[in-house]
Amino acid sequence: MTNIKDKLLDRSNVDEYIKISGLYKTFQTKDCSLQVLKGIDLTVRKGEIFGIIGFSGAGKSTLIRCINRLEEPDSGSIKIGGVDILKLSKKELLEKRKKIGMIFQTFNLFEAKNVYRNIAYPLEISGVSKSEIKNRVLKTAELVGLSDKLKAYPGGLSGGQKQRVGIARALITKPDVLLCDEATSALDPKTTLQILDLLKDINKSTGITILMITHELDAIRYSCERMAVLEDAQIIEVGRVRDIFNNPLSRTGSLFARVYTEFQQIPELENGAGI
Amino acid sequence: MSLLDSSFWEIIKASFAPDIWFRLAPAILETLYMTALSSFIMLVFGLFLGILLTITNPVGLLPMKIIYAVSDWLINCLRSLPQVIMIILMIPVARLIFGKSYGTNACIIAISATCIPMYARMVEGSLLEISKGKIEAAKSVGSTNFQIIFRILLPETLPSLIRGFTVAVITIISMTALAGLFGAGGIGDIAVRFGYQRFQHDVMFASVYVLTAFVQLIQWLGNFISKQILKKRNLI
Ligand SMILES: Nc1ncnc2c1ncn2[C@@H]1O[C@H](COP(=O)(O)OP(=O)(O)OP(=O)(O)O)[C@@H](O)[C@H]1O
Ligand SMILES: [Mg+2]
Repeated sequence: MTNIKDKLLDRSNVDEYIKISGLYKTFQTKDCSLQVLKGIDLTVRKGEIFGIIGFSGAGKSTLIRCINRLEEPDSGSIKIGGVDILKLSKKELLEKRKKIGMIFQTFNLFEAKNVYRNIAYPLEISGVSKSEIKNRVLKTAELVGLSDKLKAYPGGLSGGQKQRVGIARALITKPDVLLCDEATSALDPKTTLQILDLLKDINKSTGITILMITHELDAIRYSCERMAVLEDAQIIEVGRVRDIFNNPLSRTGSLFARVYTEFQQIPELENGAGI
Repeated sequence: MSLLDSSFWEIIKASFAPDIWFRLAPAILETLYMTALSSFIMLVFGLFLGILLTITNPVGLLPMKIIYAVSDWLINCLRSLPQVIMIILMIPVARLIFGKSYGTNACIIAISATCIPMYARMVEGSLLEISKGKIEAAKSVGSTNFQIIFRILLPETLPSLIRGFTVAVITIISMTALAGLFGAGGIGDIAVRFGYQRFQHDVMFASVYVLTAFVQLIQWLGNFISKQILKKRNLI
């Protein structure tokens, strides 16, 4: 109880749980340098599911990968709960990463390990005891609905099941933040819905903050309350999903909204006449 | 018995005579010994060098320009030497270590010097095959580089590492036969002494059977193991 009270007292820490400011990132290639992030400012509230949308190449993956420093930004700051991720030493970063889960479009499971060992891996490298690992793996597997697949290898799983393993692996260390890089983009609509439901359930039951990047507006409309639009390396709109959707100010925002509503309104789509 | 005065078929029949196999038995043991020890040395140092090349690579886990450039250069140098030249070059080294420049142990040095760089390249090739995503997933849960190498990189690429090792061991077997020319003993030595110098082709035939059987067996074993692993992982 006191815990929740403390958190409520410090409103700023709740409203600005993740605070990204002035983030720049340039990729150096042989003949040119490509500025992928140009001064990103973004705040995410504790416990919310926040969506970032943008067209291919806008810099979404780069932005989210800066948060756990899979990518090193050139300058700026990324604070999570007041701690600047970019100032952490190597050792501190490894510890911090255990508190920032990540799931991927291509799942990135370890094919040499069965489902149990995939989920257990983050604990195995942290020196947690075998019995404790077993305890938590069984619990997490049940949470994501994989209890009957623990002995299977990723090679024999469907896309939806693979992503469940990915989610379990990301959650086993009880992180505060979950980064989703196109987590549902490789899945069919029904499986997408199941995975989004799972993420929403987890968000509700654990209060984990989820940052979701995608180019599927549906996914954001379904699960997020607030979102940002990324275009040409900059955040050009932030706000409630409903507002951006109904009254987009930016080109990308309106394009997404238009594509979405137009697709809904074309009756031919239903019987394939549009082909 | 020689091809000069006997028919092919007679020599084949003669090559199964017990006295030939009695003569061959110690040579088989020598070849096995040379192959096993060289393979072990190659595995240890080849793996080490291959891992070093992979992680110090400019796009690797721990880019280190100088170490990468030096080991890359050194491996290329060693690999540019033909096996015969390597055997001759290693004679003084063997004398330094074992006090004599011929014999089974002396040749293991030359074989290792040839095969370690070769296997290192194979290991490098296998390790670079791993998808970037798996490494990132491992990083994202806070793995150290050490953990990534030994818990992800090596297990994930194991089938490919085994296939490379199989090819490398077969190269070692053929090199032990060559080393026979330089006093290493073994099956190669028998084939040269009896088949080439004394025209006892039945003996040479027998040694060919043994070498062929070795190579077939090892290739089969390598394929079998890597296939079993892939099957277990549901990848084939
Ligand atoms: N390692 C890299 N080296 C050079 N350029 C890169 C690198 N990673 C990304 N880029 C470039 O940065 C830009 C943004 O890439 P990013 O992956 O962040 O886009 P994205 O918004 O995630 O796109 P998508 O929706 O297709 O995943 C692209 O133009 C890409 O080519
Ligand atoms: Mg992307």
